[in-house]
Amino acid sequence: MAEPLLRVEGLWRRFDVSKPWLNRVIEREKPQFLTAVADVTFEIARGETFALVGESGSGKSTIARMIVGLLGASDGRILFDGKDMTALPASELRALRRRFQMIFQDPFASLNPRWRVGDIIAEPLRTFGLATGAAAEAEVGRLLETVGLSAKDAEKFPHEFSGGQRQRIAIARALSSKPEFIVCDEPTSALDVSVQAQILNLMRDLQDEFGLTYLFISHDLSVVRHMATRIGVLYLGRLVETAEAKTLFREPQHPYTRMLLDAVPDLALSGRRRKPVTGEIPNPISPPSGCAFHPRCPLVHDRCRETLPEPHSTATGMAACFATKGDRAETETAGTA
Amino acid sequence: MNRIARAWDSDIAWSFRHSPVAMLAALVALLIILSAVLAPWIAPHDPFNPASLNLMDGFTPPMEPNAFTGNVFWLGTDNQGRDIFSAILYGARISLFVGFSAVVFAMVLGISIGLLAAWRGGWVDSLLMRIADVQLSFPSILIALLIFGIARGVIPPAYREEMAIWVLIVAIGLSDWVQFARVVRGAALVEKSKEYVQAARLVGAHPARIVLSHILPNVMGPVLVIATIGLALAIIAEATLSFLGVGVPPTQPSLGTLIRIGQGFLFSGEWWIILFPSIALLALALSVNLLGDWLRDALNPRLK
Repeated sequence: MAEPLLRVEGLWRRFDVSKPWLNRVIEREKPQFLTAVADVTFEIARGETFALVGESGSGKSTIARMIVGLLGASDGRILFDGKDMTALPASELRALRRRFQMIFQDPFASLNPRWRVGDIIAEPLRTFGLATGAAAEAEVGRLLETVGLSAKDAEKFPHEFSGGQRQRIAIARALSSKPEFIVCDEPTSALDVSVQAQILNLMRDLQDEFGLTYLFISHDLSVVRHMATRIGVLYLGRLVETAEAKTLFREPQHPYTRMLLDAVPDLALSGRRRKPVTGEIPNPISPPSGCAFHPRCPLVHDRCRETLPEPHSTATGMAACFATKGDRAETETAGTA
Repeated sequence: MNRIARAWDSDIAWSFRHSPVAMLAALVALLIILSAVLAPWIAPHDPFNPASLNLMDGFTPPMEPNAFTGNVFWLGTDNQGRDIFSAILYGARISLFVGFSAVVFAMVLGISIGLLAAWRGGWVDSLLMRIADVQLSFPSILIALLIFGIARGVIPPAYREEMAIWVLIVAIGLSDWVQFARVVRGAALVEKSKEYVQAARLVGAHPARIVLSHILPNVMGPVLVIATIGLALAIIAEATLSFLGVGVPPTQPSLGTLIRIGQGFLFSGEWWIILFPSIALLALALSVNLLGDWLRDALNPRLK
């Protein structure tokens, strides 16, 4: 793999969920922290689509927000094109900001209802000083046509559009600063199924046209299968497996990945029995000891309850599980150490 | 033209056309506001020009010729021979001016504090909202009296009279900003967490720009409702202060001042001096209040 466009190293994010100071003093409670993202490391190569999948509360969106700078990281580094964004001075960060953008989940909340579509799309242009006046207007018209709308739509307000059209507007806004990298936070989960495919195809076409790199966040495995070149599976803030998209669907390594794949509806009617996902994601304020997945894992073993499995390379990529490491026998003897 | 047609077709206009109370209230309010604004041209007398007053005209009953001069006044005259009708027009002018100015002052102050508290959060938010809580625990008329008293002590006597009206505006405005700040803070907190604000932060838009051009337009709906109801309250607060004798100076009587003058003659039979200014104040406050109520319901999607 060539030099990655984005590299995330040992990323952590803890949220302070303590009660107010006075309540803590009176009720004699300790401060409480929620670990949303724990020790996450991955790379995204130029031009690929890296998907992060996981259940609600697994930290997908938190990672996305940290990468684009909406949230600070508690620990770890985020390197964009080799530059550490967590340590960069504000002026350089500003120059870097133009090169990445984000598409949000809810197209009804991501467009200001009081702004005209033209102003919404032109906001990045104006903020970065890329174009003003007539040049900005022409650019907005061009962008609207790129995403399959009409240049005349710039005069309208967001409420005059459907959900799919609004997401097209959000995509046009994301494209306006000519970014190289776009974080897509569940861009289709608020849309009708019939519209989802159109938006996904548009995003793929734009990727080919502009050479974009995507970080694609979703809980919908069928959408991920359509889009991703590589996939990372998150469980309770930790990356449990990463692999090439094709091999992950063919040979899932981690028991959690297998459980997710088993639950996907069988549209090919191959006669495969569909197993429902069992259990729920645990409370991130007091996560289970050892491997966080052990209460739900079919392959659970004594060691999993005590020790956190380190990520190790597998035949298909990376996984963090004692069972996939194939040293189960070894761990049983050495496990007490 | 297109714009007017679209405004006429909007939900608000539809709700207005289907609410007889709102239309009547708007008519009354508009009538009072227009006649107050046009008072110097439509009033039959200038009640505050001492040269035009004749003490012999004093205590003329409504619609009856004066016993000495034979002059007829629609709504009678007060003890100094001032025409009540003209005094009401000029008085409403001052009441409305003070009311509007006080509400605008309270609105600007409340919106600024509410936006600041919502955007900064943390201790700034806590501090500002605790100040608001403390102020809310006192009756607002008491706060206005306090501010008025302080201003009296600070301003030199020579300027007191000309400054009085501005002191009144500041006193009513300062006693009324809390509800604007609270409503704006609540609405701004909701808007702040929406994704369009995050999209603006993402590209590094200046915080002042995000607050003023993204959040502010989206919180103005509820602000307009309290501003309308606040206008009625400010007019009544001004009348109360003037009635208590701490408001506008006697040379520029507002509706409250006229009522105070009138109540001195209530038991001696000159009922018209207090009755007509009171009706004018009631009509003004009630119509503005009803308009505010209607606006609140019309802008509330849950009541549709």
